[in-house]
Amino acid sequence: MADRQLMTGNEAMAEAAIRAGCRTYFGYPITPQNEILEYMAAHLPRAGGTFLQAESEVAAINMCYGAAAAGVRTMTSSSSPGVSLKMEGISYLAGADLPCVILNVARGGPGLGNIAPAQGDYFQATKGGGHGDYRLIVLAPSTAQEAADLAGLAFDLSDQYRVPALILADGMLGQMMEPVALPPHRDPATLPPKPWALTGAKGRDPNYIASFALEPTVLRDLNVRRHARYREIEAREVRWEEVATADAEVLLVAYGTMGRIAKTVVRRGRERGIRVGLLRPITLWPFPYSPIRKLAERVRAVLTVELSAGQMWEDVRLAVEGRCATPFYGEMGGVVPTPSEILTEVMRHV
Amino acid sequence: MPNGMVVVDRERCKGCGLCVGVCPFGVLELSATYNSAGYPVVSASHPEKCTGCTLCAQTCPDVALEVYREKAVAGSAVGSSAETPTDHR
Amino acid sequence: MSSTDTMTKVFARPRSLTEKPFTYCPGCDHGLLTRILAGAIDKLGIQERTVIIAPVGCAVFAYEWFRCDGIQASHGRAAAVATGLKRANPDLIVISYQGDGDLAAIGTAETIHAANRGEAITVIFVNNQIYGMTGGQMAPTTLAGQRATSCPEGRDVRTMGHPLPVAEMIATLAAPAYVTRQSLHDPKHVAQATKAVEKALRYQVEGKGYSLVEVLSTCPTGWRMPPAVAHKHVADVVTGAFPLGDLVDRG
Repeated sequence: MADRQLMTGNEAMAEAAIRAGCRTYFGYPITPQNEILEYMAAHLPRAGGTFLQAESEVAAINMCYGAAAAGVRTMTSSSSPGVSLKMEGISYLAGADLPCVILNVARGGPGLGNIAPAQGDYFQATKGGGHGDYRLIVLAPSTAQEAADLAGLAFDLSDQYRVPALILADGMLGQMMEPVALPPHRDPATLPPKPWALTGAKGRDPNYIASFALEPTVLRDLNVRRHARYREIEAREVRWEEVATADAEVLLVAYGTMGRIAKTVVRRGRERGIRVGLLRPITLWPFPYSPIRKLAERVRAVLTVELSAGQMWEDVRLAVEGRCATPFYGEMGGVVPTPSEILTEVMRHV
Repeated sequence: MPNGMVVVDRERCKGCGLCVGVCPFGVLELSATYNSAGYPVVSASHPEKCTGCTLCAQTCPDVALEVYREKAVAGSAVGSSAETPTDHR
Repeated sequence: MSSTDTMTKVFARPRSLTEKPFTYCPGCDHGLLTRILAGAIDKLGIQERTVIIAPVGCAVFAYEWFRCDGIQASHGRAAAVATGLKRANPDLIVISYQGDGDLAAIGTAETIHAANRGEAITVIFVNNQIYGMTGGQMAPTTLAGQRATSCPEGRDVRTMGHPLPVAEMIATLAAPAYVTRQSLHDPKHVAQATKAVEKALRYQVEGKGYSLVEVLSTCPTGWRMPPAVAHKHVADVVTGAFPLGDLVDRG
């Protein structure tokens, strides 16, 4: 029987990480994700793991790089400005094919911005962020329960494909308390082995971990092999949720906190007889292009709603490719639109 | 004086000459021959003077030198190479 | 002429080195220090437990020169990477090998905080007072008045700061087990540096904590000096600015 607790999204991700076998966590205080750091400080040592408050976000992600290289499940968490600082390290993790889970409990930006919920980090999360030609697996929860579920999934996918995984949440999800059914504890010793890890060259040739290859053809080949794994991820790991799409005239596309609000919009719209549906991407990369494209064949409009000036909107338009109208409704700076405001926008397209 | 011998790995030598300068007995000199990388390589122009003191090898930045000494005196090791005589492959 | 049949090898390539040739310039002390480190790994019998962390800089290939597990770190972050490795697996012997730009400029924060936490790692710090890999720019350790490509008139301490005394700074902290500054400019100092590297590694094996071995090294290419002249420069000038010896020994 699953263990059920009332907890914040931040705590849910932290607890789920420990239960997934995460045994090293390195972080730095920044609002609105401090509860993750504090939860790990209190609970990870009890699970036999290592918690370390680093001197910076830069140090924290590089500590993850070291721990990941040692073959141990590792995680860091931060919020937008801190995630910007981690970007070089994330690029190195990607370039060295190391698994790692990064939580971004995002806030308003750019710059110092504010601590209110925002989705302005979509480009950073899904289109690179750091330097070089790499991808992250990007998961976007919309409830505390899903935050816990995706934290566990992030570790599994990251290990399986040797690609760092990022969970893109926001302050609203992080701070909100909900009942969460927690997964059982997994013993790290039972996880799949990592023969590439740095465990000491005993009875085998040395293992080397690097993102470095001076010879262009060698680096090209490394990139080509990595991108072949990305194609595999795109083929197998796209996740999304559909609500009332069967007869929808207007399709909302929204993720995370906005995806949750959009569900209310659909419910209220349907109560008034408006044929509105929702597609909520759960994986932002790989992005659900194909399901959006299929629905675009039969709706009047695909309305993207985001807490940004329109970032995921670009992917939605790539998916729709002119099959129908692709309006956008967004707010920035930590302002969260109400269901009524969004419903008013929906009405303009029916 | 013990009898020694220095063996130069010509392909590792970069001709920096540091070994020539530290040899107390003038065993080594930069030769007029070049290796495949184009470096002039060191050679033992006076091998009979070598005592196997290892100073040259301890100074070489490219680990291009190996040093041998007559077995009779091998126990009285000179120099402080981290290697013991049984350590080599 | 002697033959190897009647002779014993008294100086051999350390077993912990791979066959890969070093990519350093002729006469560069980096290679010498790499050999010393490999010899110390052999002597302590820790090759099968060791992870070498290579920096960004001339030593970027270092992870492939040792017959040990190896990892390449981003510029300046080796101490953080070392922390992650050692905390994840305390049985590993973790050695970070870093130059002065890497450790003392871009990586200052990671360097100081790893030392201050007393991470059970060994830091080998190559102080050659210049950025070698990028073509001879000013380093945090460049001497007052020394010319470099980014201070062509010489380092003016009034606007460019003073050479950073890394070993002295680390020695002010409570946690480090061993902090020393060594040099490689002649065989006597090579022997002393060898002992220092061995001690630093032994302290890690014995669980005594953090060690920093700062090693004054040459950059004949960047300094525009023949290798032997560069060694004399270390003896005559550099050791005056960066005094040699042990600063902390809590063994």
